[in-house]
Amino acid sequence: MFETTDLNQRNRQVESRVKTLFLLMTLLLILPVLVILTMLVIKGGPMLSIDFLFTEPTQGMTAGGILPALVGTVWLVVVALLASVPFGVAAALYLSEYAADNWLTRIINLAIINLAGVPSIVHALFGVGAFVLFFRFGTSILAASLTLAVMTLPVVIVSTREALQAVPHAFREACWNMGATRWQTIRRVVLPNSISGILTGVILEVSRTAGETAPIMFTGAAFYLPFLPQSVYDQTMAMSLHLFVISTQVPDVPEGLPYGVALVLIGMVLSMNALSIAFRTYLRGKKKW
Amino acid sequence: MAESASNVTRTDAIETDAIKTDAIKTDKLSLWYGNFQALFDVDLAIKQGIITSMIGPSGCGKSTFLRSINRINERLGYVRTRGKIEVLGHDIYGPEVEKVQVRKQVGMVFQRPNPLPLSIRDNVLFAYRLHDPQHRRKGKAALDEIVEKALRQVLLWDTVKDRLQRPAGLLSLEEQQKLCIARLIPVQPRVLLMDEPCSALDPAGTEAVEELIWELRGDYTILIVTHNMAQARRASEECIFMLMGKVVEHTDTAQMFVTPQHEETANYIEGRYG
Ligand SMILES: Nc1ncnc2c1ncn2[C@@H]1O[C@H](COP(=O)(O)OP(=O)(O)O)[C@@H](O)[C@H]1O
Ligand SMILES: [Mg+2]
Repeated sequence: MFETTDLNQRNRQVESRVKTLFLLMTLLLILPVLVILTMLVIKGGPMLSIDFLFTEPTQGMTAGGILPALVGTVWLVVVALLASVPFGVAAALYLSEYAADNWLTRIINLAIINLAGVPSIVHALFGVGAFVLFFRFGTSILAASLTLAVMTLPVVIVSTREALQAVPHAFREACWNMGATRWQTIRRVVLPNSISGILTGVILEVSRTAGETAPIMFTGAAFYLPFLPQSVYDQTMAMSLHLFVISTQVPDVPEGLPYGVALVLIGMVLSMNALSIAFRTYLRGKKKW
Repeated sequence: MAESASNVTRTDAIETDAIKTDAIKTDKLSLWYGNFQALFDVDLAIKQGIITSMIGPSGCGKSTFLRSINRINERLGYVRTRGKIEVLGHDIYGPEVEKVQVRKQVGMVFQRPNPLPLSIRDNVLFAYRLHDPQHRRKGKAALDEIVEKALRQVLLWDTVKDRLQRPAGLLSLEEQQKLCIARLIPVQPRVLLMDEPCSALDPAGTEAVEELIWELRGDYTILIVTHNMAQARRASEECIFMLMGKVVEHTDTAQMFVTPQHEETANYIEGRYG
């Protein structure tokens, strides 16, 4: 009574074919990533050295290291983080913990989601208009970082709100019923239990901006500026723009150089990601529910 | 065992009732969620210092009624209330009323134990810290005393005294529910509202928590919602039967279960619906 029927057999064949197809497509997706990484390591790996990381570019950027670009990118990302965390977290707290569920809130949510889809070149133009010209920050780290911050803000808000929503609603109910205000509830229960998710999300999103070129090109990043920035009002070199420049604008660049720069840039972003994932795993282990 | 206890205590409850005001008194209380009316002209007078149970089929408005008494319903935004609610003689919708104070005086216990993701000790002190601005100046010893007193009162002290710093979520459900009662005690509420406090517990846990509720009788006015007839019968002195947002009957528990005045009550008690 439990023998295989024709139908079973056919279903099983289809099953295995579908599975293989999906597997192939997945592998096909991973392939470009693997190829890129391998190429970068093979061609750019030999470029890497302490000198490469810690000296300035020389001979019209065809030789020497990448120090000013490396330091510049760190500046840009850190200042962007400092700007987007308070705003993003405050906005997410408002939307998640205070705002009533009405048409206004829904429109704001919709706007935030759509804002995330605005192309980065549009943000760049906004940054020039708002930060460089209107606020008179000039082309500077400040203007460039604020542009990056504005660009990532929607994603930061969304990821923060998700972290807040992950805190079970029953905790809030318990607090409110004991007479806690919304802020007391946020400060004593919601934030302590979502801060890990919030921070990892924010670090992840903002570190992605390390690779952005368009938003910083007109707002604060310089083609060639072999000094380290002294303050947020200085211009600076940046890894992404440096890569663009030596790949397309400068003649006679040795073949390995752009690969070396790209490898360092990818290394920076990946290690930020790894850091935030490790951070999240660590803090998740300490959860109390 | 609880049966006999209820018989003994009922007599002295009746003796003291006469001189006391009602703990909760509602006058034509109606409540709407948007356009949906959940309570219809509810008139209730719940006596001080005794245990009153509330029974009725799912969706008849028991939780809604409880949530109106500490004004937590208002948080939903689309709730409209009409009528009057007095707690200990004070109109809680009066212009001078501070909602935070209402929620301090009227403690709520939920169906699912919901201890906060804090240590056992911090759970007990949570509400206390919210309501006592001086708490930071109190020494550790004073706070320890508050914790011990509250945990002793819910019969939990001996089980948890060696692990007060552990997360409350690690306790069993029964212990968590007791903790949820304990955390109300330090702010000395006058009224405890319990919304099916035993329905997430196993029979042993139910019995333990019921016993605890019985212990708290007298110190607090307790209004307890339950789906469990036996629990209502065992653990309360007066009983309210609700149906479709209206109060059908409110009498002495023994009387309600032996000679219900309304046909709906009789049907419900005999398990014909709900
Ligand atoms: N937050 C809410 N929004 C809209 N309707 C609700 C809400 N809470 C309860 N209700 C409705 O009000 C009625 C009474 O619910 P409730 O008080 O929870 O009943 P009970 O606790 O007696 O089971 C039900 O019909 C329920 O669907
Ligand atoms: Mg209910």
